[in-house]
Amino acid sequence: MFHAKIVVTLRKSILDPQGKAVEHGIHALGYDNVNELRIGKFVELNVDARDRQEAERICREVGARLLANPVMEDFTVSIEEVTHV
Amino acid sequence: MRSKIKFAVVVFPGSNCDRDAFNAVERIMEQEARFVWHKDTDLGDPDVVILPGGFSYGDYLRCGAIARFSPVMKEVVRFANHGGVVLGICNGFQILTEAGLLPGALLRNESLRFVCMDTFVRVERSDTIFTESCKPGEVLKIPVAHGDGNYYTDEEGLKRLEDNGQILFRYCSAQGKIIAEANPNGSVASIAGIVNTAGNVMGLMPHPERAVDPVLGRIDGRKIFGSLIHSLVRKDNESFSVHS
Repeated sequence: MFHAKIVVTLRKSILDPQGKAVEHGIHALGYDNVNELRIGKFVELNVDARDRQEAERICREVGARLLANPVMEDFTVSIEEVTHV
Repeated sequence: MRSKIKFAVVVFPGSNCDRDAFNAVERIMEQEARFVWHKDTDLGDPDVVILPGGFSYGDYLRCGAIARFSPVMKEVVRFANHGGVVLGICNGFQILTEAGLLPGALLRNESLRFVCMDTFVRVERSDTIFTESCKPGEVLKIPVAHGDGNYYTDEEGLKRLEDNGQILFRYCSAQGKIIAEANPNGSVASIAGIVNTAGNVMGLMPHPERAVDPVLGRIDGRKIFGSLIHSLVRKDNESFSVHS
């Protein structure tokens, strides 16, 4: 079994008003050194697969078909093997 | 020959404009209408499918992202690919983009605020089945109510929409000027509604079904339903005269 973490973010070319608003909030707290803040979605899931490659392939398919909308979003997948359930 | 057009209004869990749409076409426009539950796989041989506004599946993940996998959507896609007329309003527009029946996507409003107000939209083309009762450049007053209506497509996508004449409605001032102040959500090129290249699938964020009854102070939405009804009745009569 594999445990996957999938992070979905708005494409870099797309304005992220939510991220901008939160960045302004952080600046209001006095952290002027924080910038380029972007907000995305975090998904974690378990997948039964023969090996890491198959687990990654399944996660990429699920990401492209449902979790992210390729018109406006990108996603990354990171996978670790789970030995104890 | 048939005098009434058959509308199928799809109901997803979380749809909330389905009854308004039904009322608009059945009571106000005096056509036939029936509801189709999202789990149904039979549309009932309609002339027009309406995907209504609302918050299907709680807008989880992305607006329309889960609804597009509803059993009924397979039939809607098949219907559209065979030339059937599909009208997506608000959440219905979002579902059509998620299902790939219309290009682009609808992002969170630029202001991050839910907008609920009257808007003016300019009719960019009056030679489509959705707009033939309008004059070119006519300004319609139709309300919007959405949090994710910010139409997005990249530069190439926008060029394709413009080259193909797919933009049917743009947000404008009461006088028909396309200005930033009249754009309620930050949509690219002030886009309020688009049609597919085949001309049979249209999505728009404003709610024409909320602008059909004079009791509510606005009736411009009738022009969109009226266009559809006229064009379909005409097509019916044409094929009747050919076959008889």
